[in-house]
Amino acid sequence: MLDQLPAIVVAVPLIAAAVCAIVRQQTACWLIALVVCGVSTLGSIAMLAQVQDYGPISYQMGGWAPPVGIEYRIDILSGYLLVLVSLIATAVLVYGRVSVQAEIKQSLRGWYYTMYLLCMCGLMGIVITGDAFNAFVFMEISSLSMYTLIALGKDRRALAAAYQYLIMGTIGATMYVIGVGLLFTITGTLNLVDMAERLRPLLDTPAAIAGMAFILVGLSLKIALFPLHLWLPSAYAYAPSAVTAFLAATATKVAIYLLMRFLYSVFGFGFAIEQTPIPEVILILSLIAIFAGSFSAIFQENVKRMLAYSSVAQIGYITLGIALADAPGLVGSLVHIANHAMMKGALFMLIGGIALQIGTVRLSDMAGLGKAMPLTMFGIVLAGFSMLGVPGTVGFVSKWYLSVGALENGWWWMVALLMVSSLLVLAYIGRVIEVAFFRERPAGAPALKDPPKSMLITSWVFVLACIYLGIDTSFTVGVAEQIVSVLLGAGQ
Amino acid sequence: MEGLNELAFVIGGINHWITIFLIMAGLYIIVSRSNMIKKLVGLSIFQTSVYLLYVSPGKILGGTAPIIIEDAPGQLYSNPLPHVLILTAIVVGVATLALGLALVVRINEAYGSIEEDDVYTSVDWD
Repeated sequence: MLDQLPAIVVAVPLIAAAVCAIVRQQTACWLIALVVCGVSTLGSIAMLAQVQDYGPISYQMGGWAPPVGIEYRIDILSGYLLVLVSLIATAVLVYGRVSVQAEIKQSLRGWYYTMYLLCMCGLMGIVITGDAFNAFVFMEISSLSMYTLIALGKDRRALAAAYQYLIMGTIGATMYVIGVGLLFTITGTLNLVDMAERLRPLLDTPAAIAGMAFILVGLSLKIALFPLHLWLPSAYAYAPSAVTAFLAATATKVAIYLLMRFLYSVFGFGFAIEQTPIPEVILILSLIAIFAGSFSAIFQENVKRMLAYSSVAQIGYITLGIALADAPGLVGSLVHIANHAMMKGALFMLIGGIALQIGTVRLSDMAGLGKAMPLTMFGIVLAGFSMLGVPGTVGFVSKWYLSVGALENGWWWMVALLMVSSLLVLAYIGRVIEVAFFRERPAGAPALKDPPKSMLITSWVFVLACIYLGIDTSFTVGVAEQIVSVLLGAGQ
Repeated sequence: MEGLNELAFVIGGINHWITIFLIMAGLYIIVSRSNMIKKLVGLSIFQTSVYLLYVSPGKILGGTAPIIIEDAPGQLYSNPLPHVLILTAIVVGVATLALGLALVVRINEAYGSIEEDDVYTSVDWD
């Protein structure tokens, strides 16, 4: 049974999605989804533990040996992402029950859980598979269900946002598959490990370089790397609260995983990083993303949209570490994947609670909420400080490693830029704090209290994780360091 | 001879030229049209380029189906993998188009228009 874990964590959500589509009764679907996500989480944790002790797991789908058959390959990087995705999926599911009841029509709630499971299955699949084309199929499974989830938002703007994301996301996925096609043509294999080996003598050929370019652009669209981020703000802002929390914490991270996989494992550090201008390009775009994203965030009235722009900036920090391509920079990048998931997950969940109680997410309507909803607003302050990089929170840990990574290259100016960028975060988080705590609620406004316990507790689990993982860094940094030694070791 | 080589380059790579043309045509339609259905048509054309890109190298002159015949070992056969991959990609393309069209129907109901310019200007995006 345990040998089959790699298949179970992907296949069970897929089958359960079909079951949900037949059952369609919301409580039953929710229970099914909860059990399935729980099982996947436990499976992922077990696999990560096994990988840490005994090295990568290779699972032959259907018993066909790679490179002919599809191989599911779990090394420490994919194990880390699997745990992250499944944990967040479970937490958001617990959180989302009340929020979904408030925001989605009753007849659609069964479909919501169907799509949720499909999306989770796709994301897990991208991470677990060792086959480039299989990754494309899973990417489309997760993306198509994601477009549907976004379109479930109650505002009609959600439809336009979903359409926009569909166009951009499909262009991205098709670019990716064109790149994979070019590599397949010259290597004759789709297995990533096999492809890396056969590519080594062919790296200088135009086909390989064109393939790399297509894959890079395609994945950048999925990552929402500046300037390909245009779909992100609307998609995050108008999706149902629970979907936003799930999307922000997982979808872009999984695309970043695939980019790392291609840059470091397939093309190899020695070629992709040292002989092509990719690191410079990503570096410049990341820096622009950090500043443009934060600047745009300052001027948003819609708080979800503000946090979405902030996500563009935070993604910039993650890709910055990839571009630095030294050990501390990469550790910073990998740690920030988990950290950002915690911070943004917490923020979007708490904002979702506010949306449930006051029915809007406009900043001007949040006056005086510090007193009316103390636990929610206090959580937002803590998660906001964490994004700011206050010592003792997760944001500090990632920025610390990124700064050390920049210093190893001798780039003092970048450390200065990172600090200035933190001030921009203060500017927009400060706006929320100012409105919520230092303004009075308008006279005659209805009495308010914190959202229901299931939402509040799951949000606070994320908030506390922001603090805990900022103080005890042994888990995230420990795993990240192991990953980096594998990534940098493989290519050199 | 020079001219012949170039001719061979142009004709020999005809599949790739068409692929490139489809990529560019598809992307151009997506960027230049404001009508949401036309955009989806562009998207479909763009995805179609992938089918040709994958299937082209799968064809071998004189190759047959990959079936083992005991009397004639070592027969030349075409690799079936690209075709199978493209079957999957076609399914993905159909699903994407279906979802896209469904969204356009809903957008038409909600906004009363499927022109992107009208839809995006009719609401306050803040």
